[in-house]
Amino acid sequence: MIKKIHVFILLFLCSPGLFITSSYAAPIAEREVLDNGMTLLHSGKTGLPIVTVVIAIKAGSVVEPEDKSGLANLTADLLNEGTKTRSSKEISDAIEFVGGSLSTARGADYITVSLSVLKKDIGMGFDLLSDIILNPAFSDAEIQRRKTAIKNSIIQQKEDPGVIASKAFGEAVFGKHPYGKPAEGTEESLDRITREDIAAFHQGYYLPNNTIMTVVGDISKGELKSMLNRYFMNWQRRDSKELSLPASALKDKPKVIKIQKNLAQANIIIGHLGIKRDNPDYYAVSVMNYILGGGGFASRLMDNIRDNKGLAYDVHSYFSANKYAGSFQAGFQTKNESANTAIAEALKEMERMRTEPVSDKELSDAKSYLTGSFPLRIDSNRKIAAFLTAVEYYGLGLDYVDNYRKFIEAVTKDDILRAAKKYLHTGSYVLVVVGDMEKAALKY
Amino acid sequence: MLFILLFLLFHTHAYALDVSEYTLKNGLKVLILEDHKAPTATFQIWYRVGSRDENTGKTGLSHLLEHMMFKGTKKHGPKTFSQAIQRAGGTDNAFTSKEYTGYFELLASDRIGLPIELEADRMRNLILTKEAVLSERDVVMEERRLHYEDDPQRLVYEGVVAMAFMNHPYRWPVIGWMSDLKGLEPDDLINHYQTWYAPNNAVIIVVGDVKKEEILSKITDAFGDIPAAPAIKTVKTEEAQQRGERRFFVKKEAELPFIVSAYKAPDIRHEDGFALDVLGSILSDGKSSRLYQSLVYEQQIALSAWAGYEGLYKDPFLFLTGATAAFGKNIEDVEKAINAEIEKFKKAPPSEREVQKAKNQIEASFIMGQDSIYMQAKMIGSFEMIGGWRLWEKYLEGIRKVSPEDVRRVTEKYLVSDTRTTGILIPLKDGNK
Repeated sequence: MIKKIHVFILLFLCSPGLFITSSYAAPIAEREVLDNGMTLLHSGKTGLPIVTVVIAIKAGSVVEPEDKSGLANLTADLLNEGTKTRSSKEISDAIEFVGGSLSTARGADYITVSLSVLKKDIGMGFDLLSDIILNPAFSDAEIQRRKTAIKNSIIQQKEDPGVIASKAFGEAVFGKHPYGKPAEGTEESLDRITREDIAAFHQGYYLPNNTIMTVVGDISKGELKSMLNRYFMNWQRRDSKELSLPASALKDKPKVIKIQKNLAQANIIIGHLGIKRDNPDYYAVSVMNYILGGGGFASRLMDNIRDNKGLAYDVHSYFSANKYAGSFQAGFQTKNESANTAIAEALKEMERMRTEPVSDKELSDAKSYLTGSFPLRIDSNRKIAAFLTAVEYYGLGLDYVDNYRKFIEAVTKDDILRAAKKYLHTGSYVLVVVGDMEKAALKY
Repeated sequence: MLFILLFLLFHTHAYALDVSEYTLKNGLKVLILEDHKAPTATFQIWYRVGSRDENTGKTGLSHLLEHMMFKGTKKHGPKTFSQAIQRAGGTDNAFTSKEYTGYFELLASDRIGLPIELEADRMRNLILTKEAVLSERDVVMEERRLHYEDDPQRLVYEGVVAMAFMNHPYRWPVIGWMSDLKGLEPDDLINHYQTWYAPNNAVIIVVGDVKKEEILSKITDAFGDIPAAPAIKTVKTEEAQQRGERRFFVKKEAELPFIVSAYKAPDIRHEDGFALDVLGSILSDGKSSRLYQSLVYEQQIALSAWAGYEGLYKDPFLFLTGATAAFGKNIEDVEKAINAEIEKFKKAPPSEREVQKAKNQIEASFIMGQDSIYMQAKMIGSFEMIGGWRLWEKYLEGIRKVSPEDVRRVTEKYLVSDTRTTGILIPLKDGNK
C-alpha cells in the first residue's frame, strides 16, 4: 500500500529539467583506489540503520558491438537471474525476505548494480552483490526468458508516444553512435545475441578496474574493508578493450520526422547534437538552459508555451552531457491543432537565446537557484550515492561540492550568449512529431 | 541472547514517530518532525479537500484550483511564487488526490521562512482572473490528454474506479472529466477557494533540519491572524452494496491487452486492512512475489502482474489487481491465472515465511523511507488526512500482528467476484488516416 498509494495522484508541475550549493567543511566522502584497480568511495552516515551500495561498471551500451545492440542491457539484466550456486528465485527471495533491494540498471556510459539493506543484513547483501557480479550463470533458459520479456516491453513501448518520439529523435541525431540506439536493443538485434556474446561481454568488461563502488550509510571504513576482503577478494584486474566510436555529426539542414498515430496530442521533440560532460562550457550551457527551458516556471519555454498560451502541460529542455557528446532537446505535448504554433514558439525562444543577451535578473535568478539548491542534491543516502558515482565517473573531484558554486558564479551574460550561439542550432535541428498528422497539418 | 536484545531495541524504536503536534487558535494544525541528517527541510500545507468534495458537472475543480494557486496574490504578483522559491534554491510543487490538496517546498533549512510567508499569503489572498482561469483550464485539458486520453491503460483504470463506485464521489477522476473541465468558470473556483482554503481546514507539516519552537513561532506569526472559516457541512454519500460482478471493455489503439480488477475493500482504519495489505505484498512485492513468479516467470503469459490494497482513504475503497498480457497471449488466460492465485489463499493460508517477508518489507520500507524528508512528510500527511498521523504508528503495529490465517480470512471475505469490477483493454491496430 505504502509504495503504490501515490501513483494516481496528479502532480501539478512536471519539471524534469530542474537540477540543482553551499560550502561543506567536512569532505563528502573518502576515495581510495584498491589494489585490483577498483575505485572505492565511502561516506559513513550513522543517522539511520541502512546501507546503500551503488556499483557502476563501465559496461554500458557504448562498448557493445554495433550489430549486437541490447547486449549491455541484457548482460546487466541477467545478473540477478541466477548464479553458479543460486537460482533467480533464490536471489530475489533472499533479498526481499529482509526488505532490501538488489537491482540493476542499464546505461550508455555505465551500468549500475544497487543494493539497499538494513545494517543488520549487510553481510548477506554483500554476499549476494558479489555473487551476481562475479558468478552469473547466464543459463540458456534465463536468457530466453529475458529476451522474451524485453521484446514484450519493446512492443509495449509502441503504446507510449513519448517513447516513440524519443527513439526516433535519438536515431536521427546520433546515427550509428550507441547513444542513438535503444539501450534494450531491437527484436532483431536480440535474436543475434548468443550466450557466448553475453559471457564474453561479462568477461571483457565486468572488471574491478572498470568499476566505481560507492557505499553510503551506517557502515564504518573498517566494516566495509572486511566486507570487501571477504566477498570481493577474488576479483582480479585485467585489461579491457576500448572501442573507438564514430563521432556523430550535426545536420546541415532541418530534418523533420512525422509519425502518424491516432492521438489527442502531438508529442514533439526539437533538438540536435549537444556537448560532452567535460566541455569547459558545460556551466555556461547549464545556466543558459535553465533560462531557456530547464528552470521550470522560471524558464522562457514554460512561460511562453504553458503560462501565456495554455498550449501544454509539460514543457522542458535539457542537455544530456555524457562521456561522448549527448543531445540538446526541447520537448512538449500539445493538442494536434496547436502543434504548429507551439513548434514556432519553441524555435523562436531558441533563436532569441542565440541573438539577445539574457537579462540581469534572469542571470542572477538562474545562478541563485543552481548554487542554492545544491544541498538538496545530496540530502539523502540514496542521492549522495548517485551524486558520488557521477562525480567519480566524470572526474569532477570530491571538491566539486565547492567548485560547482565557483563555476556557476563565474558565468557571465556574454558567456551565455556565446554558448547559445555555439550550442543551439535553429537552422539544423531534428524535429520529431508523433500525432494525428491530418489535424496537425504541419508546416515543417 | 544478543539477537533477542537487538530485536527488542528494534521494536521499541522502529515505530516511535517523534512528531510534535500543535493547533493554533484559528484551528490550523501544525505537525513538526525534526530530522537533522542534512541541512534541508520541507514545508508542506495540506487542505482537507479533494475530488470527493466535488459535484456532478464540476469535477476537476480541486485540481484546477491547485494549478491556480501559483497565479499570484495582491502582494505577490503573477508568476512570482515558484520563481521566488527557486531563487532561494528551492523546489516547489503540489498534488491533488481524492481526499486532499497539498502544496510543498523543499529547500535549505535556513531559508524556511520564505515558504511560510508565501503559503500564508496564498491561503486567503489569491487573485483569480477570468483570463488566467481560462488559460490554465487549457493547460489542464492538455494534462488530461497526456495522462488519460492518449494512455490506454490509464483509461481502463479510470473506468474501473468510475464503475466500481455508482454512488460515492470516488467515482470521478481527480483531474475531472474533459467536458466538465470545459465548463468550469472562475466563480466555481472562487467559491471552492473561499469554502475550503482556511486555517481550520488545513494542516502544516514541516520535516527537516529545523528547531520546532522557532518554526512554530514563525508559523504563528504568519498564519495566526487568518480567521477561521465557518465549519463545512458535507453530504456523505455511502456506496451501496455491490451485488454482482461488473465488467467493461475499452477498445483503443494499443499493443498489448491489459486488465484491472477492483474489489471493494475497507479503509485502513478497519482491522482487516492490515491483513489486506500483507496479502497485497505477498501477491505483488518484488520478483519473489506470487503473481510475478506465476504469471511472469513460470507461465510467461504476462509482461507484468501486480496487486495492491488501497486503504489510505476516509471511506472504503478498493483492492486492485492487474496485468499486461504478453504478446500473443489471451487476456482471458491472464485473468484466470490471477484469479487462480487469489483462490489459493482461500484454500490454504500463506506460509509463515511469506507473511514474515511481507512484514519485513513493510518495516524496512518504513525505516528506509526516513532517508527522505519529503517522503516522511508525505506519509504523515497521508495518514493525517484520513484520521490522524498516529494512524501511521497503529498501521505498523497492526501489520506486525497479522497471521497467515488472517490473510486467508480476508481473501475469502473481500476478494469475491460479486464485489469485483473488471476492465479490459482490447487493443485496436492504429488506423492510418
